Amino acid sequence: MDSKTFAELIRDHPFVAGLKPAYVEKMASLALEVRFGRDEVIFREGETSGRFYLLLSGKVALEVSAPGRIVRIETLGEGDELGWSSVVSAEGKHFQARSLEPVRALAFDGPRLRQICEQEPAFGYAVMQRLLRVVAERLQATRMQLVDMYAPRGTKMV
Amino acid sequence: MSPDAAISTAAPPPHMQPARVASVLKETHDTFTLTVEPRGPQPLAGFAPGQFSMLYVFGIGELPISISGDPYESSKLVYTVRSVGKATHALVHRKEGDSIGVRGPFGTSWPMEEARGRDVLIVAGGIGLAPLRPAIHHILRNRDDYVRLIVMYGARSPKDLLYRKQLAEWSRQPDTQVLSTVDYGGVNWRGYVGVVTTLFKYVRLHPGRTTAMICGPEIMMRYVIRELERRGLPRSDIYLSMERNMKCALGFCGHCQLGPFFVCKDGPIFTYERMQPWLEKHEL
Repeated sequence: MDSKTFAELIRDHPFVAGLKPAYVEKMASLALEVRFGRDEVIFREGETSGRFYLLLSGKVALEVSAPGRIVRIETLGEGDELGWSSVVSAEGKHFQARSLEPVRALAFDGPRLRQICEQEPAFGYAVMQRLLRVVAERLQATRMQLVDMYAPRGTKMV
Repeated sequence: MSPDAAISTAAPPPHMQPARVASVLKETHDTFTLTVEPRGPQPLAGFAPGQFSMLYVFGIGELPISISGDPYESSKLVYTVRSVGKATHALVHRKEGDSIGVRGPFGTSWPMEEARGRDVLIVAGGIGLAPLRPAIHHILRNRDDYVRLIVMYGARSPKDLLYRKQLAEWSRQPDTQVLSTVDYGGVNWRGYVGVVTTLFKYVRLHPGRTTAMICGPEIMMRYVIRELERRGLPRSDIYLSMERNMKCALGFCGHCQLGPFFVCKDGPIFTYERMQPWLEKHEL
């Protein structure tokens, strides 16, 4: 697949909405198209050499291992971002990611993207601003999960 | 089919009517669906989607319960009840043939008429799907009157999801998108995991021609409204079913007062435009 097609694919992804065309081209030049079959582990908790993905289709579960069980904490799909932590730090992945159905995505080398962000601050700011939005949305969603709003509260109209 | 042909929304009978429990279906570990029929020759009053009845368990007490069945099946009334206290526990443990008392239906209904010719977005959380199910039945029975039907449903876990077979059936209907998510998913759950607002990423809304109907915990409704407003839906096109401690269903006792409203009489369905000043007010 040529980079023009990558540029088109990236342009359609919500992550780059509002990004300057030159930055979209730069992102395209760093992207690889990847596919995963159903039930493949995309990355594991603690892995350090990570990729950052823009999901084009399919469904991915973020999981955490607890003694004797795996807890599925969030699912991501078309238009979502996966593996943001690989861009912002060299620490390992926080969760395991598993494809629940065939997945198509654009993959970026996280450390490489971080390096370019550091070298080109205007581009880096635009990318980090978008990553911050992703992190903020996940934080909000997690807070709402913690509220456990469907828990019984006593007899009410149902 | 004209809704008037099948249901009557005239003033409800003021007195309790005896009814026979025709069936009790276990939906989840704590939620049951009861079907009731008239005990005598007088038929049970019809209802409009979103209305509720007062159900009396003899010797225990009376409860406000939303009607969750098909408004076009006029010979019976269907209620989905979560067992959370003494009275609901007693209600869901009625056996086939037992008697209960029914008053109603009461309250305002979902805006089925106003939504004609528009997309309908239904957002439900937990047992909030029950009062919305009659609206879905109504739309599916009058499919040409509405454009797209989008159902977004969130529950605590896969074992808490209501009407799973029906959700699957609805998702196969034309121009219908059904998305379910759970807050906590086990390894065998292959659907979405995350709060119901995360599903907004997967639907395309047309703000000028969408009517939204929301029912669930108040905190969920607040966040759903925030998403809808971000997407440009006017407050007058957002409808909520409010949950308050209703006792008399006639606006006399004051238990369900919310600002200037009695939820049992002025609601339970309100536009967000009307409800907004009271929804985020503390201690109300």
